[in-house]
Amino acid sequence: MSASNDAAGKETTKPAARKSKYDYSKGPAPLNINLSWCKACNICISLCPQHVFEPDQDGKPTLARPDNCTQCTICWIYCPDFAITSNYK
Amino acid sequence: MATVTEKKAPKQKSDVTLHYLRPGKKFPNVWCPGCGIGIVMGAYIRALDKLGWDRNKVAMVSGIGCSSRMPVYLDFHALHTTHGRALPFATGVKFNRPDMNVVVITGDGDALAIGGNHFIHACRRNINITVILINNNIYGMTGGQGSPTTPSHSYSTTTPYGNAEKHFDPCTLAKAAGATFVARGTVANVPQLEKLASQALQHHGFSLLEVVTNCHTYYGRLNRMGDAVTMIQKFKEDAVMLGKAKKMTPEELEGKFIVGVLHEEEKTEFCDVYDQVVEHVSPK
Amino acid sequence: MAKENRQLLQGNAACVQGALYAGMRFFAGYPITPSTEIAEGSARELPKLGGKFIQMEDELGSIAAIIGASVSGAKAMTGTSGPGYSLMLENIGYAFMTEVPVVVVNVQRGGPSTGLPTKVSQSDTMQARWGTHGDYSSITVAPSTVGDTLTETIRAFNLAERFRTPVTILLDEVIAHSREIIRIPEPGEYEVIDRVKPTCPPEEYLPYEITENYVTPMPAYGEGYRYHITGLTHDQHGFPTNKPSEIIVKLDKLKKKIENYKDEITKIRVEMMDDAEIAIISYGSVSRAALQATMLAREAGVKVGCIQLYTIWPFPEKELLELCGKCQKVIVGELNMGQIVHEVERILPRDISINTIQRYDGEILTPVQILEKLEEVL
Repeated sequence: MSASNDAAGKETTKPAARKSKYDYSKGPAPLNINLSWCKACNICISLCPQHVFEPDQDGKPTLARPDNCTQCTICWIYCPDFAITSNYK
Repeated sequence: MATVTEKKAPKQKSDVTLHYLRPGKKFPNVWCPGCGIGIVMGAYIRALDKLGWDRNKVAMVSGIGCSSRMPVYLDFHALHTTHGRALPFATGVKFNRPDMNVVVITGDGDALAIGGNHFIHACRRNINITVILINNNIYGMTGGQGSPTTPSHSYSTTTPYGNAEKHFDPCTLAKAAGATFVARGTVANVPQLEKLASQALQHHGFSLLEVVTNCHTYYGRLNRMGDAVTMIQKFKEDAVMLGKAKKMTPEELEGKFIVGVLHEEEKTEFCDVYDQVVEHVSPK
Repeated sequence: MAKENRQLLQGNAACVQGALYAGMRFFAGYPITPSTEIAEGSARELPKLGGKFIQMEDELGSIAAIIGASVSGAKAMTGTSGPGYSLMLENIGYAFMTEVPVVVVNVQRGGPSTGLPTKVSQSDTMQARWGTHGDYSSITVAPSTVGDTLTETIRAFNLAERFRTPVTILLDEVIAHSREIIRIPEPGEYEVIDRVKPTCPPEEYLPYEITENYVTPMPAYGEGYRYHITGLTHDQHGFPTNKPSEIIVKLDKLKKKIENYKDEITKIRVEMMDDAEIAIISYGSVSRAALQATMLAREAGVKVGCIQLYTIWPFPEKELLELCGKCQKVIVGELNMGQIVHEVERILPRDISINTIQRYDGEILTPVQILEKLEEVL
């Protein structure tokens, strides 16, 4: 189990990230984040099972571990502000 | 503030929502950071998109409250009406224009308190309108007052010592009043919510989709339920599928809520029956 | 010569005939004496024309339903009385703000509260002007006979469509429940006005554009113009606004579109005013007694004339000033404790003595009573 902190800095133990079958080195980044629409609500950061995101100083998500992204869609179907879109789905 | 001007053809499933946003309307939306209403809006659009409805044939009607601010953001016919009256306005639209797909967006206060009388009569008529009732157990827009679904003993700005009243369950109320499709979803399970929204939209008759939604700004804060994420994760734990719930004891169901299609039947629809009357009466 | 279509009709039934003639194809209502026959007549007649009738759960639902029907493309009406009209006011205000054409018939009865359900009164007159909250201009018409009721209902619909606004028809229990033989007009005999439709491509359509006459073209649903309607004060896109400059533009639009075109709205009937030294001002069922009293007084050599207001709101200030300016005295006859008399006092010069004859006991003013008042005032 790998520990990672969510935005509130709370220790969260989430299952380790699975290997993603996407190879982002050849194509675009897994996701686009519209920072002007994002309100730093922390939903995507917390719900992402692959710890792709880390909060920036405003609490908005950054693609800290893009390679982990398995395009599971959780981040953008739970985003209340449609601030995340995928380049693969 | 970005506005959606050009209309991008949806290359990706994740762009679908952007394709339905109203041109010229400024984003982001007005709801608090992490508010579940935006999640419901996304699920609703994706469900509707799959049905391939012509947006010129979709009319969204809402009342007053946080959830009722949704229609302005979407590129359909939008009617943002008065508090509690979305359903009679929608009845006027649907009855006059049965060819339109009419969807009402409302909240627990809007639909069940001031709008309660219209709610039960629209169910009784079984008019082909889909109601998406976003239930966050509180009046959010006006700052956190208790609503007809605020649980007993819980806190709000008008129940500072704990809610002395009992709440009612919109789904059992709708079923008793005659609604022919009743379902409950939650923002904690979006894939299920999209499926339920799709079924509700397709049902021919009065369909209610209640969506258990987080208002961490007021209900969550006043009842120490944590932030948006914490509330959504709690919903995930408390949501029980109908099949499983049937095998659980009342004690086990304490504090839980049942999700899925709770009631579904086919009954003659109001506009259809009236059309038969007109057919019969008007001279050929 | 084609045989005239003459029928013995009740006032309420004539209202329905007028509405159908004007193109009403949607009615939502709720039973309330003395207006219920309007709902009953609509329930019978509308299906024959492919129209729709619905009895809603209350008056709040009724006014909401006709606004919904109107925005989606129908000419729609509701009928009620004082208590129901009071319940409808918030949504009538919504129709003002969103500029949606609807017709609301208020068959007045004794008030306030439950009052005198089967008795005549004109005590809702000011309510028709100022009933709902906020600043707005309103149009109210008042027939006085069963025949007038039919033609004034046609006019009410035309005004609603022309100005994109709710129009109130003030009837009262006497007109509503009286029966008279009237002639039903032939199709085409009276002009029927429909709302102006947009012609620009949908992407350029501004639903609340400030046009030259302040009335914006209005599409029906399903015609490609998907726009946002809200009771929140809004800009020309229909988007909610809190900007002072945009708020003023919207509220000025609501007022100017009516106040700048009063000539198209005002309608009064003037009898024997040319050399009149005293004028009787009235509306609705009082006007019949006033006319009778005027004719009788003229036979007795009294220089009296009478003015009937078919349009009550906006108040016909210019016309009354012209007509009564040369009189020494006026008598304002009303079935209430004084409502439009305050408007008359507001506009007529101080040197004209303003007298009133008011009846508020549930009975109609008679010609004899008006004659007695005339003698007293002369």
